[in-house]
Amino acid sequence: MIKLNINGKEQSWDGDPDLSLLWYLRDEAGLTGTKFGCGEAYCGACTVLVDKEAVRSCITTVSDVVGRQVTTIEGLHPTGDHAVQKAWRQLNVPQCGYCQAGQIMQAAALLLDNPKPSHEQIKEAMSGNICRCGCYQRIENAVHLASTGV
Amino acid sequence: MNIIANPHKLRGFEKHIRVENVSRRTILKRLGIAGAFVLAAPVMSRTAFAYETGAADMPHGVVVDPRVFVAIAPDGAVTIVAHRSEMGTGIRTSLPLVVAEEMEADWTRVKVQQADGDEVKYGNQDTDGSRSTRHYLMPMRQIGAAARTMLENAAAKRWGVPVTEARATNHEVVHGASGRRIGFGELAADAAKEQVPAIASLKLKDPKDFRYLGKGEVSIVDLRDITVGTARYGGDIRLPGMKYAVIARPPVTGGKLVSFDGAEAMKVSGVEKVMEVKGWPWPSKFQPLGGVAVIARNTGAAIKGRDALKIVWDDGANAKYESAAYRAALEDAVRKPGLIVRKEGDVDTALKNADKVIVGEYYLPHLAHVSMEPPVAVADVKGDKAEIWAPVQSPGGTHEDVAKTLGIPEDNVTINVTLLGGGFGRKSKCDFALEAALLSKALGAQVKVQWTREDDIRHDFLHTVSVERIEAGLDKNGKVTAWRHRSAAPSIASTFEANTVHQAAFELGMGLVDMPFEIGNIQCENPEAPAHTRIGWFRSVSNIPHAFAVQSMVGELAHATNRDQKDMLLELIGSPRIVNLSSVKDLWNYGEPYDSYPIDTARLRRVVELVAEKAGWGRSVPKGHGLGIAVHRSFVSYIATVVEVSVDDKGKLTVPRVDTAIDCGTYINPERIRSQIEGAAIMGLSLTKYGEVTFKDGKVQQGNFDDFPLVRIDEAPLVTNVYIVPPAADTPPSGAGEPGVPPFAPALINAIFAATGKRIRSLPIGKQLET
Repeated sequence: MIKLNINGKEQSWDGDPDLSLLWYLRDEAGLTGTKFGCGEAYCGACTVLVDKEAVRSCITTVSDVVGRQVTTIEGLHPTGDHAVQKAWRQLNVPQCGYCQAGQIMQAAALLLDNPKPSHEQIKEAMSGNICRCGCYQRIENAVHLASTGV
Repeated sequence: MNIIANPHKLRGFEKHIRVENVSRRTILKRLGIAGAFVLAAPVMSRTAFAYETGAADMPHGVVVDPRVFVAIAPDGAVTIVAHRSEMGTGIRTSLPLVVAEEMEADWTRVKVQQADGDEVKYGNQDTDGSRSTRHYLMPMRQIGAAARTMLENAAAKRWGVPVTEARATNHEVVHGASGRRIGFGELAADAAKEQVPAIASLKLKDPKDFRYLGKGEVSIVDLRDITVGTARYGGDIRLPGMKYAVIARPPVTGGKLVSFDGAEAMKVSGVEKVMEVKGWPWPSKFQPLGGVAVIARNTGAAIKGRDALKIVWDDGANAKYESAAYRAALEDAVRKPGLIVRKEGDVDTALKNADKVIVGEYYLPHLAHVSMEPPVAVADVKGDKAEIWAPVQSPGGTHEDVAKTLGIPEDNVTINVTLLGGGFGRKSKCDFALEAALLSKALGAQVKVQWTREDDIRHDFLHTVSVERIEAGLDKNGKVTAWRHRSAAPSIASTFEANTVHQAAFELGMGLVDMPFEIGNIQCENPEAPAHTRIGWFRSVSNIPHAFAVQSMVGELAHATNRDQKDMLLELIGSPRIVNLSSVKDLWNYGEPYDSYPIDTARLRRVVELVAEKAGWGRSVPKGHGLGIAVHRSFVSYIATVVEVSVDDKGKLTVPRVDTAIDCGTYINPERIRSQIEGAAIMGLSLTKYGEVTFKDGKVQQGNFDDFPLVRIDEAPLVTNVYIVPPAADTPPSGAGEPGVPPFAPALINAIFAATGKRIRSLPIGKQLET
């Protein structure tokens, strides 16, 4: 039996300890905000916070996060008003929206680590997250906006 | 009480809805094969439309009935149905916004409801071809105006005043003389009893009174849900007791299963079953490829189980497909005469007599769509009833195909359309929904079929692969007197008809035969090109290779005659005129009547001039930088792009700036047009730098973002400017989702030539610039 902490709630899992966190979150815990994009950590659609770090949940196993705090898009802010989320809405960032949970979690992790990133630092931090619709310019501007006050 | 009382019995315009030929409807229509169907009555009378579109020619045409699209609750909450699929264009917001505009609803009190797949009820739902705004702007206005009229009629009756004195404004009806007002909610029940007014009698709002249309101040309805993780895409549907499945499909198109051993897969924790699933023989249309399904308690277990399968495949007739050899065959084909598809003057003689002939051969490989959400579908089939949840661009086609594939009546099938995590044409093919339906039936359980990224890239309906050859003859003054363009590429029609070797009318009409240059001797040819994999629509389709060739050749001609690219381009476009394409048999004009949507070179010139002015064409740029320009009409819109590129001494390419001008006629939401064009630049950059799917032994060699890379944020253009041409009065709406893509690659390639003197004719760029 594995004990997990997801969005501040204790959960237990008695299945395969090597199950990826992504599929645990989506299929077992019902937290479908975290998205599947590639399964190989190339695209960042599945990004969640483990403690304060952005990780790719698709290559992270359930047993990897035992004793750590997992935060998904659903748990980022109680009313969905994290500075990054607000900036995203203010600049109308998304097109299809599918990759955006991962983008937002990555941006939130960046700001935890570096509250005032430069544009270069934003690009570097966000370069692991692919957006096929091509919202990059708005993503960059939204992270900047979130860091300067929405 | 709602205006929608019983929509199934209230189809005010049903006499105009074609229900015949439903079973074999979509394919030929979609292919644009002329003469396949002759339409019955037009959907609306000509006078009701300020312009004619091809909307009526689409399967099931158009339904203009407020009772189908609008509901008003007693508390005044207005529900408007979005019947097109949302894949990132914003259409699920834009079309309901048009209804709200015309009916004078307050947008903050409007809820959007996604339609299920039911074209008899809603009219055509195929969300592709950049058609939604151009086909539905006017019908949505009419629906809104009809609802407004019904509300006004109800209010006038209640007050006992002439209807001309009752005016709807901002969610209520007002009696001007007395100042009396009644809210929409209070009027809903009475309005529902009013007769739906005839279209010809409707009074549309004066555009100067628009509150929302053309303003771009309304955000998409899903914005908040997207940012908090509650937006529902295909894979986000969870049913109680639902099983999770992945499928191992034949690695070669047209291959089939010989045998499999699932013993090791069954040992994987969480795997519950391994079973064969039915496939269809090549060419398989939109039907599933078949293979072996692994069913588990979660997707992770299913994937692990699939990895443990031992399968023997029969690779079939396409096992020898190999990209380098195929390219050589296409090059061979374009160096010989091919089927003539446009002929004006005498190109052979003109080329013979030319002072100089410039020849360019351009190669574009297969491309995969790779929407961020790979195909996925959920199905619940019980007995002769089926319910599907899927991110499909073709809700109506999926509805019909699920019924047909399961052998059950269409009335027993429900297609719930989720948000699409990108589509780009891939999700116009419902094979993944059919897989889920078949598997659910076989299992007797609710099931989700999830495609992995590798499944997506290896079993895509790929963008075609092509070689384009252009020979341009110049006289001694540097004027182009002859133009021969041969285009060899396997056709999308091959996915439906065996032995297809020529491009269909709709592919030829995407930038080959509709080439707008004013040249005396023009010949377009289409040599044969058989297909060896599934070919499908990819955002902007054949416009990509055709525009790449034509607009690259403009750059080559400018260089050959020592002229500015933009000047060369404008000279070739020639005088402002409507291009006469009477020499083209079966001209396909994006399904639109040529009268409403002709090729107007004045509009083409205007976007070139506008983008050149805004981009500061001719400005001096730093060393290693270059400017390139390209223009292309597609989806009956006009788009010109200027790209600034920088190439360093190691050959590393960056794009400091992109400027794009688009003339898409009358529009709804300029903010979403801008986002489409920004995104098109990224997609254009991805395909130009990296895009390539190759085959060896019939199998796709790529599988994920490591070997099919996409542009990331650190490579994105630093600045993307979009200029939208303000529409002249009554200019019909045209496409915005796709047209941004085609001019990007040639503009970038022309810029690279300006920066480096290197002419790239083979995409992707890959390592060609490295030194």
